Amino acid sequence: MKHTARKTIRIQRTNAHKRKVYKYVFFKILTQSMLILSLSALISVIVFVLIRGIPYINTQLLFGDYSSKSPSIKPALIGTLYLIIISILIAAPIGIGSAIFLTEYTKSKSRLIQVIRVATETLAGIPSIVYGIFGYIVFVRALGLGYSLIGGGLTLAVMILPTIVRSTEESLLAVPFSLREGSYALGSSKVRTIFSVVLPCAGSGIVTSLILAIGRVMSESAVLILTIGMVINKIPGSFISPGTSLALNVYYFGSHGYPEQASATGVVLLVLVVSINILATVLGKTFGKGELVNG
Amino acid sequence: MDNAYNITVKECDLHYGDFQALKNINMDINEHEVTAFIGPSGCGKSTFIRIFNRMNDLVEGCVITGEIKIGEQNIYDKSTDIPLLRKNVGMVFQKPNPFPMSIYDNIAFAPRTFGTKKRAELDNIVEHSLKQAGLWAEVKERLRKSAMGLSGGQQQRLCIARALAAQPKILLMDEPTSALDPISTGTIEELINQLKTDYTIVIVTHNMQQATRVSDKTAFFLLGEVIEYSRTVELFSKPKDKRTENYITGRFG
Repeated sequence: MKHTARKTIRIQRTNAHKRKVYKYVFFKILTQSMLILSLSALISVIVFVLIRGIPYINTQLLFGDYSSKSPSIKPALIGTLYLIIISILIAAPIGIGSAIFLTEYTKSKSRLIQVIRVATETLAGIPSIVYGIFGYIVFVRALGLGYSLIGGGLTLAVMILPTIVRSTEESLLAVPFSLREGSYALGSSKVRTIFSVVLPCAGSGIVTSLILAIGRVMSESAVLILTIGMVINKIPGSFISPGTSLALNVYYFGSHGYPEQASATGVVLLVLVVSINILATVLGKTFGKGELVNG
Repeated sequence: MDNAYNITVKECDLHYGDFQALKNINMDINEHEVTAFIGPSGCGKSTFIRIFNRMNDLVEGCVITGEIKIGEQNIYDKSTDIPLLRKNVGMVFQKPNPFPMSIYDNIAFAPRTFGTKKRAELDNIVEHSLKQAGLWAEVKERLRKSAMGLSGGQQQRLCIARALAAQPKILLMDEPTSALDPISTGTIEELINQLKTDYTIVIVTHNMQQATRVSDKTAFFLLGEVIEYSRTVELFSKPKDKRTENYITGRFG
């Protein structure tokens, strides 16, 4: 009797164990297939764009003069460059300055700062078309800039500002207090502490966030539909001219009977945005690693 | 602050909001001596040492009353030049905190703050300070390399050299060896003994042996009060207060 009882227990244990193993294997396969599914969605988008687009990339498309028979993205390349320059030149100093004020000059627990933090986070989550309509009403109409690269650039600056503030703030907060303390203890003023110790330490994080912001500016289209006029056939004379951008060209070509050019422009945009993001990652890694860790 | 660099504290109270961290402290700290503060964690000794270079100003809600004089000057007067005070009263922290820049730039940091720009002059200061901190031989070949590559003990001596480069008169050390191994600790203790001929040194320590090894006078802190303050030899051999005796014989703390 004793003997059989013991055997049953062992069998039951084995069954329970088997069930555990099945569960483990099942769950592993389930999650694995989810991963394969999401990767294949991503890869098929990229492959699709590349296959459809690469054959139509040529020097005429990239650098030629625009005609309706053989369109060119030269105006869009120049327009995109303008937009990047305008939006970063405006948003970077204002955003970094705000972040410095928030981290270095205010008490972190004050009510006002909490409200500002929530507000910046909310602003970062607003759909870009809403920024577009804001830009249209304020910059294009009210300020009388008309459809122009400056109007679009200003709107983009407003759009990327909250993200720059947030990420700069995070980089600044990551600088250990002991370094600020060390600087003050040597008789430094607040300004010297910020410029000589805090900002250099946070520099790589701030630069990374600016590069990511450039990526967002390049990929943005909704804002620009309402602000820069989508003039795809003329090279903008200056930043007050109307113009177009790469992302906008994809939309224009796609909806105006140039599917090949749309795909080709998509490839150019994809390559640029991916390289920008890789650059940001590499910068973040090379300069961010180990610099602040005390041995 | 002209000639004398002794510290005189009279009836000093310190509050963090509602909490009273220091209670009616009176103390005279002599020039060119090493004064040690000992006591259990949270007794106020680190808070007290930060009064002398006004580092408590960085803490929100910290209120200090009483008279704290260095030489003839009350350092909590409105007219006090705080950067100048901190230049004259250097500080070394518990955890080494070198700036993530080159060894040279770390040492030259304070001289540059106070307007020394000439290369030759800076070179001299850097070499002299590193020699004072006993680090010159180890780093002279790699002054342009990042200070973050140094060992913990070297980093702490770098921080001492960085403080000395400001040409202070008083050196405050807040548990300077608590993050270091015994050998680095020994090196820094020897350094303290050498430095006291030129500087007035105040050191907070958790380690009573360290207090006996390096200090001339010792103050025992408990719950924000100074229980006993006398020559180190006397305090450790013939403590007058029962609580001091209990602490130094290891009955609590």
